[in-house]
Amino acid sequence: MRRAAEAVLLHAALVGGAVLVLAPLLWMVSASLMPAGEATAVPPRLVPSAITFEHYRGLFTRLDLARSLRNSAGLAASVTVIALLVNSMAGYAFAKLRFAGREHIFRVLLAGLVIPAQVGMLPLFLMLRELRLVNTYAGVIVPGMASVFGIFLVRQYALSIPESVLDAARIDGAGELRIYRSLVLYLCAPILVTLAVFTFMGTWNDFMWPLVVLADARRYTLPVALANLAGEHVQDVELMMAGAVLTVLPVLVLFVCLQRYYLAGIMAGSVKE
Amino acid sequence: MTRRRRIGPAVWFVAPALGLIGVFFLAPVVAALLLSFTDFDVYAIGDPRHLRVVGGDNYATLLRDPRFWIALRNTLYFVLVGGPLSVAVSLGAALLVNARLARLRGFFRTVFFLPVVTTLVAVAVVWRYLYHPRFGLLNRGLALVGLGPIDWLGDPAWAMPAIILLAVWKNFGFNMIIFVAGLENVPERLYEAARIDGAGAWQQFRRVTLPMLAPTFVFVGVVTMIGYFQLFAEPYVMTQGGPADSTLSVVLLMYEEGFRWWTMGRGAAIAFVLFAVILAGTALQLRLRGLMVGEREMATAPAGRRGAEEAGA
Repeated sequence: MRRAAEAVLLHAALVGGAVLVLAPLLWMVSASLMPAGEATAVPPRLVPSAITFEHYRGLFTRLDLARSLRNSAGLAASVTVIALLVNSMAGYAFAKLRFAGREHIFRVLLAGLVIPAQVGMLPLFLMLRELRLVNTYAGVIVPGMASVFGIFLVRQYALSIPESVLDAARIDGAGELRIYRSLVLYLCAPILVTLAVFTFMGTWNDFMWPLVVLADARRYTLPVALANLAGEHVQDVELMMAGAVLTVLPVLVLFVCLQRYYLAGIMAGSVKE
Repeated sequence: MTRRRRIGPAVWFVAPALGLIGVFFLAPVVAALLLSFTDFDVYAIGDPRHLRVVGGDNYATLLRDPRFWIALRNTLYFVLVGGPLSVAVSLGAALLVNARLARLRGFFRTVFFLPVVTTLVAVAVVWRYLYHPRFGLLNRGLALVGLGPIDWLGDPAWAMPAIILLAVWKNFGFNMIIFVAGLENVPERLYEAARIDGAGAWQQFRRVTLPMLAPTFVFVGVVTMIGYFQLFAEPYVMTQGGPADSTLSVVLLMYEEGFRWWTMGRGAAIAFVLFAVILAGTALQLRLRGLMVGEREMATAPAGRRGAEEAGA
């Protein structure tokens, strides 16, 4: 009897929590489908009186958010490919190859994790300005190409590769690059998927750096474009909600499809501080 | 003998990553420290000969600037109220999701985690409308129970609580996952032993769960604190630091100084003060861990540890 009451209370709390968590996202979708003006009606409507896609059309015709969507997708994909390559090579080397100062360098890198990205942001901007990379896609990509977190993630995983497997390949005459390409990448595939999901989402969602480095609206990523529009189009609630859906939906879908890998990354990252 | 031969290739494996991190992360941090001792401004951008070394002047000016103190106070408000609140909600959600009686655990875990992966700018735009005094859903909900209306983002007293509420909603799922992993690592026999000793649910939570989660708390505390000190996008999108500077954060002030007024020397000084505060906060939390973990020897570590230990052995 008491157990049943506990179960009811527990599930009431779970369902109540889920409703609170989902409400803002559901309202966002609902408002994006309302006829213009309906989201600001008093009292507020929860569901559209008639579903319309005119605001989504408006994003692509009136606002040219298709360009921002392409920018975001292209930049996130580029950073992901580069970061996978660079971080997997370094992570593997820190785990399995021997070189002078390996442990020492790795500790220094880990200590660097407490430095917020904003600390070096002003000089980084000035440096990229000298390199003529301000207001270019390359300027957005540059700081994301290598990351301590990515190296750490791959290293922890690569530690579990048995030494005997690598030695067997060496005895067969395989060079280090070949071993990395045809053996290590294959063995580390799960953690590389994790790293790819993290990097893609991180770049997609990033706001401050693209805001700083991009000046030309045609190069804006979705978050920067959206923040910009939210100032100009305060009254167009339905339009802004359609823009928010467009920005959020790709990463939500990606997460729901690959959540196993994403959550594994959080676990691996939380092993050591 | 093979060891010596491996030195060559290894360098090529780490060189790209170390080079990139060195040039685009560590060097700018060092440069920022130097920059903070100069009067670098819009004239110096045009012609570096305008640059002068001014010693600690930027820091001195900062300490006399009332807006800096407002920004620091606002940021500490966000970190010290929002941080613990997030962690508490995370732990509560983890306990619910992890409860033995709970059905559909995977589903609820995914739902609670969804806000974490959303784009901050997009949800800040959404929440700006949820907080609208007239047609916002939040005030409508409050009206149902006879409260409000509250001018969430227009009232200096409510703007920061509103941003904290958004941050808790957005972030609690992340720490929840880490707490779930910590909870799964608490040996069941400890609860059995506690029950045999007559401990009720609260006693079990207080005497078994909380102490066993101590290392998790430290990790979650440090990571949350570092993240919360970097408050920027929420006020940038929702309030532009207002009303009456009530949501002006340290990073927002740095952004204004550095990238709006191009007074980069002052901006760099702000960044370093923030960094120093973060370091002090991290050191403090690690000291506290020393006190807490000293009482127990076994560390609960989430999955993934085993591989590392086996390989290290």
